[in-house]
Amino acid sequence: MTATLEPRAIGRGLARRDGGAKVRGVAIYADETPVPDPLFCRIVQATVARGRVSDVDTAGATALDGVVGVMTSTEAERLASTDDAELAVLQGTEVGFRGQIVAAVLAETDEVAREAADLVRVTYAEEQADARLSADRGDLYTPESVNPTYPPDTHEGDVAAAMAEAPVTVEQTYTTPMHHNNPMEPHATTALWEDGHLTLWDSTQGVHPVRQTVTQIFGLEPEQVRVVCPYVGGGFGSKGNPHANVIMAAMAARAVPGRPVRLALTRQQMFSLAGYRTPTIQRMQLAAERDGTLRGIAIDVVEQTSRIKEFAEQTGVPTRNMYAAPNRRTTHRLAALDVPVPSWMRAPGECPGMFGPEVAMDELAAELGLDPVELRIRNEPEVDPETGKPFSSRNLVACLREGAARFGWAGRDHRPGMRLEDGWWVGTGVAASVYPTMRMPKSTATVTYDGGRYVARIGAADLGTGTWTVLPQIAADALDVPVEDVDVLIGDTDHPEASVAGGSSGTTTWGSALVEAVREFRDKYGEDPHDGDAASGSVNPNAAEEDYVMSAFGAQFAEVRVHADTGEVRVPRLYGVFAAGRIVNPRLARSQFLGGMTMGLGMALHEQSLLDPRTGHVVNHDLAEYHVPANADVDDLQAHWVDEDDPYVNAMGSKGIGEIGIVGTAAAVANAAWHATGVRVRDLPVTLDRVLPAR
Amino acid sequence: MRPFAYATPPDAREAVLAVAERPDAAFLAGGTNLVDHLRLGVATPGLLVDVTALTSAEIEDLPDGGLRLGAAVRNSDLAADPRVRGRYPVLAEALLAGASGQLRNMATTGGNPLQRTRCVYFQDVTTPCNKREPGSGCAAIGGATRNHAILGTSGRCIATHPSDMAVALAALDAQVHVLGPDGERTVPFTDLHTLPGDTPERDTVLGHGELITAIDVPAAPIAARSRYRKVRDRASYAFALVSVAACLDVAGGRIRDARLAFGGVAHKPWRAHRAEEALRGAPATDESYRAAAGVELADARPQEGFDGGNAFKIPLLTGTLVSTLRALAGEETRA
Repeated sequence: MTATLEPRAIGRGLARRDGGAKVRGVAIYADETPVPDPLFCRIVQATVARGRVSDVDTAGATALDGVVGVMTSTEAERLASTDDAELAVLQGTEVGFRGQIVAAVLAETDEVAREAADLVRVTYAEEQADARLSADRGDLYTPESVNPTYPPDTHEGDVAAAMAEAPVTVEQTYTTPMHHNNPMEPHATTALWEDGHLTLWDSTQGVHPVRQTVTQIFGLEPEQVRVVCPYVGGGFGSKGNPHANVIMAAMAARAVPGRPVRLALTRQQMFSLAGYRTPTIQRMQLAAERDGTLRGIAIDVVEQTSRIKEFAEQTGVPTRNMYAAPNRRTTHRLAALDVPVPSWMRAPGECPGMFGPEVAMDELAAELGLDPVELRIRNEPEVDPETGKPFSSRNLVACLREGAARFGWAGRDHRPGMRLEDGWWVGTGVAASVYPTMRMPKSTATVTYDGGRYVARIGAADLGTGTWTVLPQIAADALDVPVEDVDVLIGDTDHPEASVAGGSSGTTTWGSALVEAVREFRDKYGEDPHDGDAASGSVNPNAAEEDYVMSAFGAQFAEVRVHADTGEVRVPRLYGVFAAGRIVNPRLARSQFLGGMTMGLGMALHEQSLLDPRTGHVVNHDLAEYHVPANADVDDLQAHWVDEDDPYVNAMGSKGIGEIGIVGTAAAVANAAWHATGVRVRDLPVTLDRVLPAR
Repeated sequence: MRPFAYATPPDAREAVLAVAERPDAAFLAGGTNLVDHLRLGVATPGLLVDVTALTSAEIEDLPDGGLRLGAAVRNSDLAADPRVRGRYPVLAEALLAGASGQLRNMATTGGNPLQRTRCVYFQDVTTPCNKREPGSGCAAIGGATRNHAILGTSGRCIATHPSDMAVALAALDAQVHVLGPDGERTVPFTDLHTLPGDTPERDTVLGHGELITAIDVPAAPIAARSRYRKVRDRASYAFALVSVAACLDVAGGRIRDARLAFGGVAHKPWRAHRAEEALRGAPATDESYRAAAGVELADARPQEGFDGGNAFKIPLLTGTLVSTLRALAGEETRA
């Protein structure tokens, strides 16, 4: 248990420190880094999903004025490490998925580079590709672990026996489609190789993780590589690990020492190179007593990975901790397909993995004629069902009750298809949210006293999440000084090493490092330091994690209207209530929750990457066809939170909030659509054709 | 993206000649579709002839009570014009249902009907497409077909026309003024667009170098009670899954006349003459509307696809038509 900071700056809704620069357009993003005389790199992508590159004809490209060079697997430098097949750019002729980088053009202008890339002629020895996911494939396999290091399967008791004996059961299959992260800022890098030193201005969720990967792949020392990233136009996990574009940019820069190189992916290219969320097939089983008490719960997940690199989404993991039941099973099976490499997308695991279970719970409530809020409360566990450890704090029930009160849930007629208003079927739905409170093992901060101000440094990232603003609040309270007297500098490997902005762990991890650095500083210099006094501190393992399970919880309530003639689905109200420890900055936290819920709304109604199994590529690869919510889709959206005092999580008393907002949203909307129409949609998204057959 | 020349001739006549004499020349107006195609490699013109300043940007009253819409009138201005809003609500609503405010500020009256299909395979030069590259095949057939046509398709192309404005103009019996190298001609709007047949590379009957200079919307008292209803996958900023442009004249519970056109279902704005005929004289009831939809959709041929296909468009269009006509008839009851 850590002493929790006395909140003075913490808890205040301070405006973003970087807001003014962003509004004025002077915040510099990776692709606009001011460098002298840059070259422009454009990639050429494989147009087959499996096979070998048999020839690359670069004559047309190199003949163009302004083309500096065309890089192919023949000319490209040999990398020091090719263990990661996704990042082994231009190291061989094998094609692992459609859209893989097979060549790149360097030119004096972006326009010439683009034209030249179009003129590169690649021929292939094409092989039969396999890009079709299904649960009845014969080659499904069990991964050694699921992201990041969870066991793939868990078993406790006997779910089959519970299903056979229980008076009420639900057994259904739910699916979520392939999803793509679509941050506003595409993946982009400006790279410079000069005097044996590589500088990458990269749009990333972690400068140090990028440096670590790049040093390994190119066989460089950490001192040879600097990664800079003050601002990120969104990442949602897709910039958590460097993808092939970063390696390509560095490789291109190394080919032209002294010349900076810019490489920005197009929106279309992001659909094959920047990761995505796997489609999931979730077979759910619930066995219950007549009073709703769960006797058994099981989720059997089938999903895909790329044949060239495994990523196993932990879709079944949230079921392990959510509800009490003596008989429990979770399994994960993968199909390795000729498809792009999946990766992190906002709340990997929890986001898809709370769709099937939370709709199944709604189906169980309907079977029992029970209020779905009450069903969840009746299955609230005393301790973590998987480990038997207590939760450091768990306020799901408080969120359900607070949400029900705010939403006006009381008196709800639980029968479906009963309310027709002005030609629209109206219904309401609820689902629970959960996200683990994570702390990364490594992060260090320094604190320096400089001209009457405290300046802290840490290589953290702000993806629009508020790091520039929140870390000073934490440092100020740790120092016991006004927040106006504190600067925190982030986004540069010249600052001390910081962990990736992922797993909603940033504030916990970096904030803990800052608190340690301040403690060191005060121990050394007391309350009255001199200019130049400096100290550093690092995040410690949290001993309380031995004794407690730590997670944020939430409840989301949706009102859905379905047009009786057309099936159009609208969500006039979506309320989320969260229990996420102490809220460090309410203004920024609300943005995070609302952003997550909006993305969840998109998952519920719109988002779906259409991977053509004949070609292996996503055909709706732009924002005109890959739909995310438009303003008109977002109506009365509210985020609230309950007070939660958790002395175990960290010195701030905070839990991560970047991801929980997307968890459970789609289930709440699908449940409300059922309540409106009586049509149970088990496959996302809830499009009009899926509810249209109702009438 | 390929380099191209850019020309700003002094008048429409010279613009037409400039395009007519070069097979790889194209007109440029608002550019909201063409510029995308330049970037994607879908269009590779050697010469762009800018006509934005060469045709009228005015909306003029015609002697019969109709309106002449200059080809350079911006979609946003057209939608906001009080005469358009008053005489042809269906047209104003169709315009406002399309694109975004920014795009409508750029898009023109002459350019909007000439926008090309949003078929994802047409827009992706790595996949075969008979419209983009005649004879290369159609990747859409058997592919992702949710947005594709159910009427008038061919074995070579199942694309839909994406314009909302064009659907309203088809219902309003508009006339298109065209200037070509051989002079002027007028084309009924319903004849402007073609079905794909064996030549899906053609979207319209316009020849190379022919330029739309204006569109006449004739007087149509029936259009005073008209509506455009667009159904799409999100509440805004998406192309129609189906749409209905409808004008309805109802008296004493009976339908005297109707004008109907459908969007999102064919290679062209689909003027529904058969449904109109079925409605004339029929009682203004859901049953009549449903029966009219059935008549028009009798020949509908849904597409299968790995995304679930587009058979849902038949009940969806039926429901949309019923809903739209019911609402229009309700206005009569209240009036």
